[in-house]
Amino acid sequence: MDTKQFERGPDLPPPITEIGAIGWLRRNLFSSWLNSLLTVVVAYLLWLMLPPLIDWALISSDWTGTSREDCTSDGACWVFVSVRFNQFMYGFYPEAQQWRIDLIYGTLFLLMIPLFLKAFPWKTWLGGFIIFVYPFIAYGFLDGAWFGFEVIETTKWGGLSLTLILAGIGCVAALPLGILLALGRRATDMPIVKAVCVVFIEFWRGVPLITVLFMSSVMLPLFLPEGVTFDKLMRALIGITLFQSAYMAEVVRGGLQAIPKGQYEAADALGLGYWKKTALIIMPQALKIVIPGIVNTFIALIKDTTLVLIIGLFELLGMIQNALNDPNWLGFSTEGYAFTAMVFWIICFSLSRYSMHIERKLHTGHKR
Amino acid sequence: MSDQPSDAMTPGKPAPWNDPKIRAIVFQALLVGAVVMFGFYLINNTLYNMEQRGISTGFSFLEKESGFGVTQSLIEYDETHSYGRTFFVGLLNTVLVSVLGIFFATLLGFVMGVARLSKNWLVARVATAYIEIFRNIPLLLQIFFWYFAVGINFPRPRESLALGEVFFLNNRGLFMPRPVTEDGFGLVVAALIIAIVAVFFMVRWAHRRQDATGQPFHTVWASLGLLVGLPLVAFLAAGNPLTWEYPELRGFNFKGGLSVLPELFALTLALTVYTGTFIAETVRAGIQSVSHGQTEAARALGLRESKLLQLIIIPQAMRVIIPPLTSQYLNLTKNSSLAAAIGYPDLVAVFAGTTLNQTGQAVEIIAMTMAVYLSLSLTISLFMNWYNAKMALRER
Repeated sequence: MDTKQFERGPDLPPPITEIGAIGWLRRNLFSSWLNSLLTVVVAYLLWLMLPPLIDWALISSDWTGTSREDCTSDGACWVFVSVRFNQFMYGFYPEAQQWRIDLIYGTLFLLMIPLFLKAFPWKTWLGGFIIFVYPFIAYGFLDGAWFGFEVIETTKWGGLSLTLILAGIGCVAALPLGILLALGRRATDMPIVKAVCVVFIEFWRGVPLITVLFMSSVMLPLFLPEGVTFDKLMRALIGITLFQSAYMAEVVRGGLQAIPKGQYEAADALGLGYWKKTALIIMPQALKIVIPGIVNTFIALIKDTTLVLIIGLFELLGMIQNALNDPNWLGFSTEGYAFTAMVFWIICFSLSRYSMHIERKLHTGHKR
Repeated sequence: MSDQPSDAMTPGKPAPWNDPKIRAIVFQALLVGAVVMFGFYLINNTLYNMEQRGISTGFSFLEKESGFGVTQSLIEYDETHSYGRTFFVGLLNTVLVSVLGIFFATLLGFVMGVARLSKNWLVARVATAYIEIFRNIPLLLQIFFWYFAVGINFPRPRESLALGEVFFLNNRGLFMPRPVTEDGFGLVVAALIIAIVAVFFMVRWAHRRQDATGQPFHTVWASLGLLVGLPLVAFLAAGNPLTWEYPELRGFNFKGGLSVLPELFALTLALTVYTGTFIAETVRAGIQSVSHGQTEAARALGLRESKLLQLIIIPQAMRVIIPPLTSQYLNLTKNSSLAAAIGYPDLVAVFAGTTLNQTGQAVEIIAMTMAVYLSLSLTISLFMNWYNAKMALRER
């Protein structure tokens, strides 16, 4: 009997077309004729668009200078932005007093830091302080009357600082109202309360913000008794708050619905009354779930604050529009809009990433 | 042992102020009182203020002559028409831009949503970049960009960008040929309506037959044939009753043809690009929600790729897509009101803008404007709810 010994040869390397750069290309870009065609077409379009864009924005562009005469190259003239940068950030706030805005935003930033530290024990108190007390201190500082500084009227506020004030105050003021509305909408044993809340929420959600702003700027003075007036900023804030509270209510309602019924029943079994049950058991859990949702409505609100330029408040986009009308700087709209777009994009994109991060982090107990 | 439970065990009737039912009634009565009083207070103030400022009330202003022109109107309108007419002019312009925006944004959104899930790395990355960039830039800024930075820099009419001497794009807008119907075109329309009705009944018949016998029917080809063939036959029978009116350069601008205002162009483009990103995300979420097991099961049943999409993936994805899609449509409709910022004559610009400034009747005009948006919103959401119910999972 002829015995044949089989020797195991060494492993062959994988085919060159399956690994490395070539393998990756074949898998991801050229897996079929259709995909190859798509790749080529898209790559060609990108080639048409990207190099001129980069050239315009970065390579053949002007960065330094003080006037229009410094725009010498064919590309973007960022001098327009750098000359006006101060206005874009602070509006018409007098330059000598701008340290007040810096101080307010700097302090806010410092105050927020402990909220992100795991070991910090008084997060609730600090958070409450930032939400309920700090806005008033900030107003006092920026306006100046309460602290004995030079009074700077709200008509002079503007730029990015105003954008953030509008969005921040709008969101903070809308939260308590939104929580009450959401609770009211779920109060099944009180049909009238529920109906009032539903009508309120659906009304504000059904109309565009621009009509709300029109209403608050044109109709609000008519609603108030004689002698009571609000300035334009306040009127815009009232409109934004009412509008935002409806969206906030829907977000909070989503959180309330996600709380298992057992939590309500357990709270009832412990003999807690409605408000104790809500404040101690339900809300802490519900608000935790809805933080990403709140951040998302905040992002939407930041983008929506641009609309206040229609009623004559100069937030960032309004300042840009104003600067574009300067006869010395006609024709630089693309640079202005590109800069604004970048500012908004950075804010909104990082907030949305943050919201996604929290969502992942909070994914603890409520998924069933 | 007595059957009577001891007094300590029976929960006695709570005191009236602790009875939840009584409390509910009291709270609601208080709320009603507060709402009524607040409303009364507002109305009182408003009436007083309006009297002080000499603002007239009521809707009689709607009959008065408006005295201002509007750059685009879908219905006949000039300065001599009434303020009531301006309301409809604005309303129709709002509807026009909303419909255009919804149509294009849906197309773009579905393409980009699918592209983001593409196995092609480059395509997926480009779609992701599009979504992440345009979603995070305020819509008003995008409108301004397309209008003030791009639209105004289009060439003057004499140097228009032309596509085959038929389409012209310049800083006065987009010009294209306009179809002019002649006698006998009604026949074509009638044929189209008959074809639509026929297709409707054919699809029903084909479904019933397939349910009963398992015999499939080439519905798609048959309907295409009906929809194209029947009007075509009518068109030829009526002797070509359609001509095109081409735009021509006369003086400083194009005359004739269909013209699209630069404002409408910029607004539609911005609404499409902005809302498209949200629709794309909705579509992506919908497709991803269909579990992979469904695809595998369909393959195991031997369905072809096209049938797999048509019968398994799309119906299940649509169920998840439709509710958020509805709210995107609503958002687009509401966002179309930003038209006022660039002077597109929509409802807010014409009615809540010019008409309000001329008459000063803020309360009536803002109330009418808000009522329009509310009812548009309600109409769209009612339609979508109906569609949603039709598509919903039929569970046992």
